[in-house]
Amino acid sequence: MIDAPAKPLDDIAARLEAIIASSDSALVASAPSLADELLALGEVILEHWLSARGVAPTTRVVEGFRLLALHRQGARGDASFNACRETCRELVYHRNLVRLDPAHVDTARRLRLGAMVAKHLLLFIGGKLEVAEIGEFCCSARPLRQHETNTQSAEIA
Amino acid sequence: MSGKYQKVAYYPGCALEGTGHAYNRSTKELGKALGLDIVELKNWNCCGAMEVKNVDPKLQTYLSARNLSIAEKMGFDTVMAPCNGCYHNLKKAEYDLANDPSSREVTDRLSRKAGHETYEAGKVETIHALDWIKQAIGEEGLKARVKNSLNGLKVANYYGCMYTRPRHIFPEKDKGPGSESTSKPHFMDDLLAAAGAENVEYPLKTACCGGAHTLSDSDTSTKLVLNLLTTAEACGADVIATECPTCHTGLEMHQVRAEKVFGRKTSVKILYFTQLLGMALGLSARKVGVHENFSESSAFLRAKGLG
Repeated sequence: MIDAPAKPLDDIAARLEAIIASSDSALVASAPSLADELLALGEVILEHWLSARGVAPTTRVVEGFRLLALHRQGARGDASFNACRETCRELVYHRNLVRLDPAHVDTARRLRLGAMVAKHLLLFIGGKLEVAEIGEFCCSARPLRQHETNTQSAEIA
Repeated sequence: MSGKYQKVAYYPGCALEGTGHAYNRSTKELGKALGLDIVELKNWNCCGAMEVKNVDPKLQTYLSARNLSIAEKMGFDTVMAPCNGCYHNLKKAEYDLANDPSSREVTDRLSRKAGHETYEAGKVETIHALDWIKQAIGEEGLKARVKNSLNGLKVANYYGCMYTRPRHIFPEKDKGPGSESTSKPHFMDDLLAAAGAENVEYPLKTACCGGAHTLSDSDTSTKLVLNLLTTAEACGADVIATECPTCHTGLEMHQVRAEKVFGRKTSVKILYFTQLLGMALGLSARKVGVHENFSESSAFLRAKGLG
C-alpha cells in the first residue's frame, strides 16, 4: 500500500503562487524555512508521479538530497523523466543559496526564482500525469533498444 | 581562428527551411560576416526527427547516418547542424553505430538497399552552430569584430532539452574548462557576452517546454512556456536567446497563446543567438531575418540601437 502524497498538486500550485507574489520583506523574514519548504514541495511533486505509477517513493538521498533521489527513482526505466533533471538540481541550488546566506541582498529574488523553478517542476509532472510522454522531446527518452524496435527494423529492412 | 571549423558541411534540416527560416538566414549571414564557409549537404534527408525515432529508433539512426555519409562523400570530416533536433539525432546515430551492433546491421542493410556507402562511426564529427562559432572564432575573435555592441541588452539563454540530453551521446561535453556543460550549458552565454550582452542567471535554461505535445496537449505546453517566459522576465531579461528552431517557434507561438487563452501577457523578446550576433557584427535586422520571426521585436531592437 502506497501512501498518498502529503499535499494535492493544486494546493502546491496555490502555495507556490503565494510565495511568488509575497513581498520581499515577507520572503526575507522567513527565508531559511521557505527555502526548505520549496525543497519539500518539490519532493511531494515527485511523490505524486511515483505514487501514480505504483512506486513507493524512496526515503534515500542522493548527494545529500531526497529530491535528487526521487528524480533518479522516477527516471529509472523512463528516460523522459530526465527532462526535469536540471529543474530538480536548480531547486536544490536555490535552496542552498538561501540557506548558505539568508541575509544576502538577493535572498527574496532567489526564493521567488526557486518558487518559479518548483512551479516548472509541478507543471511538468502535472503535464506528465495527463500525457505521460511529455519530456520525450529530449529523447532520448524512448529506450533505444526496445524489443519491438528490433522487430520493426527487421521488417523494414 | 581555428582552421578545423573554417569550412564545414552544413545540415540545415527541415525546420530551417520552414518555420525556422530566420535561423537559416541568420546562420548563413553570420558565417559570411565572420569569414567562415559552410557547404550544404547535397540531397540531404530528414534526420528522423521525433516521429521516426519514436516509432523506430534504428530507422532514425539510418536516416541520420545517411546524412553523415553524404558529408563524408563530399570530403568533410565535420558537419554543422544548427537545429537541436538534428544535432541530437546525428549525435545519437554516431553513438548507436559505435556501440550497438544491431543498429550497425540495420544501417548496413538499408544503405545497401538504398545504393550508397554505409556510414562508419568516427568518420564525421557533428557539431552545433554554437560549437562552430565558439571553436572557429572564439570569444576574443568575436569581440574584435563587434561593431554594434549588445551592451545594455539583458539576455536569458534558453538551450532547450535536446542540446544536452542524453549525456552519453555527447562525449565531448563535461570535459572541464573550455568544454560545454550538460547540466549548465554556457556556450551561448559566452558568445553573447563577448558581443556585449549582459546574460542574466536563468534557472530554466534546459527546462522542458512541452514541445512534443504542443498540438496534442496545448494547454500544458502553453503553461510550461509561460513559466519559461515569466521566469526570464523575473530574472530581468529583455530577450530570450534561442539556438533551436523548435524551441524558438514554441516560445513565440505559446507567448501569443498564453495571452489569448490565459490572459497572461509577457513582453520578453525571442531572438535567435545568430540574429543577435549578426546585429552585433553590424548586420541589419532585415539581413538576419528579424522580420521573419513570428513575434515582433523590430521596435525594441531599434530602441536599443540594433538592426
